[in-house]
Amino acid sequence: MTGRGAESPQNMTAPDSLPGRLALTVSAVQYHWPRQVMLDFYDEMAESPADTIVLGEAVCFRRRELKLSDWLALARDLATAGKEVVLVTRTLIESEADLRTVRRLTEQHEFLIEAGDASALQLLPDKTPFVLGPHLNIYNRAALAEHAALGATRWVAPAELSLSMLALINPPDDPVPTITGAAMQTEAFAFGRLPLAISARCFTARHHRLNKDECEFRCLDYPDGLLLSSSEGLPFLVLNGTQTQSAAQHCLISDATALRAAGVSRLRLSPCAQRFGEALDWFDRVMNQGVPATQALPALQAMSLPGGLSNGYAHNRPGMNWTDP
Amino acid sequence: MQGILTAHHDAINSTPNSANSPYAPDSRIRNNAAPPAWLITMDAAVTTNATTRPAVKPELVCPAGSLRALQMAVDAGADAVYLGLKDATNARNFAGLNFDDTQVRAGVAYAHARGARVLMALNTFADARDTRPWFGAVDTAATMGADALIVADTAVMAYCRDHHPKLRLHLSVQASATSYEAIEFYRRHYGIQRAVLPRVLTLSQVAHLARLSMVDIEVFGFGSLCVMVEGRCALSSYVTGQSPNNAGVCSPPSAVRWQHTPSGVDARLNGVLIDHYGPDEPRGYPTLCKGRFDVAGERGYAIEEPTSLNTLAILPELISIGVKAIKIEGRQRSPSYVEQVTKVWRTAIDSACAAPQRYSVQPAWSATLTRFAEGQQHTLGAYDRPWR
Repeated sequence: MTGRGAESPQNMTAPDSLPGRLALTVSAVQYHWPRQVMLDFYDEMAESPADTIVLGEAVCFRRRELKLSDWLALARDLATAGKEVVLVTRTLIESEADLRTVRRLTEQHEFLIEAGDASALQLLPDKTPFVLGPHLNIYNRAALAEHAALGATRWVAPAELSLSMLALINPPDDPVPTITGAAMQTEAFAFGRLPLAISARCFTARHHRLNKDECEFRCLDYPDGLLLSSSEGLPFLVLNGTQTQSAAQHCLISDATALRAAGVSRLRLSPCAQRFGEALDWFDRVMNQGVPATQALPALQAMSLPGGLSNGYAHNRPGMNWTDP
Repeated sequence: MQGILTAHHDAINSTPNSANSPYAPDSRIRNNAAPPAWLITMDAAVTTNATTRPAVKPELVCPAGSLRALQMAVDAGADAVYLGLKDATNARNFAGLNFDDTQVRAGVAYAHARGARVLMALNTFADARDTRPWFGAVDTAATMGADALIVADTAVMAYCRDHHPKLRLHLSVQASATSYEAIEFYRRHYGIQRAVLPRVLTLSQVAHLARLSMVDIEVFGFGSLCVMVEGRCALSSYVTGQSPNNAGVCSPPSAVRWQHTPSGVDARLNGVLIDHYGPDEPRGYPTLCKGRFDVAGERGYAIEEPTSLNTLAILPELISIGVKAIKIEGRQRSPSYVEQVTKVWRTAIDSACAAPQRYSVQPAWSATLTRFAEGQQHTLGAYDRPWR
């Protein structure tokens, strides 16, 4: 797969010994951050080693610190800074208003779309290149081929799939062809709290005994979500409005070789409120500049959120597990 | 805009059943008539008491985890039963449950002899290591004379389209289609003729979707409640490695441990404490979203109480908005559950259709359903706005 992952020539900093850049994608911010915090974050991302930035509100229709016009303006700024920008549609579409937002996104032709659900698949013009979001439930090669025929060029794999499954679904030596004949790209979730479930119910509002319709935007108070622990004090999950995440941050810093062997050409990192830029730098150094993971791991462990790090899913184990490299 | 206004041009108009069959395709599929523009632009505020279409008696779809349960469901008045094979191809992949080929054949014969239909749940995602059991299950369903397949995986749908184009397809709740555009995607590409809705929409959202959908809508009426969008939940694999999507199970029994302690009983799932019951507290199955956890120093059901969905109270509204089928959850439950719950719903649907104005939930119905409800509690779930 040498050369296939080299999508951003200006970022080609990898030594010759490394077989092609593992592109870094910053996923859409999953939390409800105040407008200025969000803008500052993307200022920082513009200067980061990230190749691709996914923008948009993926979780809750009530979160509107940034409007679509704000997202588009931000997208243009980041594109000017040399980033590939992808706009995401929400995972749970409930109302006509939700569909209007999806239509506005799929009708623009400036930026690539990451389809969050089948509504987006239906509304994307035929044969338009797009990204398959992680909740589209592609679990085998035939399903990936079905979506390739629609125009998909990149597959963000469901987080619960192991690397050996990714290798079976989109093998590096026999990738699923897109409609242009190019190889389908595989993007793996490599860092951050895992988006495990989505509901119509807002668990943050429920914790505060508020109805979702009058939630007072309490999730603004939890920049990394609201921690849920077992009764024994084990940090277990995180309530993020209508989304439930893992408390642990999934972390594949030690899996560069296995990721490449599985045909992964892109890594997805999900933002956290503090020191995300540092984590991103560590991934770039380890994956693309030959820095040993053994240097990065202690640093990432030290800055991890309550819940620590996990990598179980990648190794065909329960997602909450950690397997030492 | 590419949506349902134009999508019918390349619609798959598979019409496997004769026009007088209960499964004859809806005229909305055949006549290519686009819905009026005002329907497209209107918002979710849909009245639930006045529709232009006459109400049709919805099909009562009941669970069959065994041949015995299937027979009891049919005898108790189910219009259709749904069943799965003894493997990971369906979302109730539990030991001791489900059907082998001989039992499927016997079940289909029993149901068909009594005018009931058999739907086969093939509603998990085919395993990339070996997809053959899923495609084989499609062949089995076709050979055995199943009336429809309940499917979630586009790979399985594509196989049906390419190899068994006359096989009727229902979109499983595991496909997570919550809008008429999402449903239209599966109709346009795979010819699905019914969609089962995830248990996350309000009644007015269901009404809006049902008016604009080109295919029949099935909703859950009673049974265990998923608080998450079905097909979008990996909580179980996060803890145990197995989930509805990757193994057809949630919080699998093999990962459950009950531990007696001086203060009661701990229920653990792969070591994680899901709940602790005092000596006199009733114990529930440790489905992990229904455990008691600590959030900001407060212990409680932070995600969902152990409770069952029960929509008897809004049955006339469901019928008037055009819901075509009502599903009872519980293939993992006993034949006696299936029989009793089916009887209640048969009576309720007949009563709501015969005289909707006089319909009321009878105390005896509620008493029966309460007996079988998780935690002996009911909720209207997402149909009722404050639940959200």
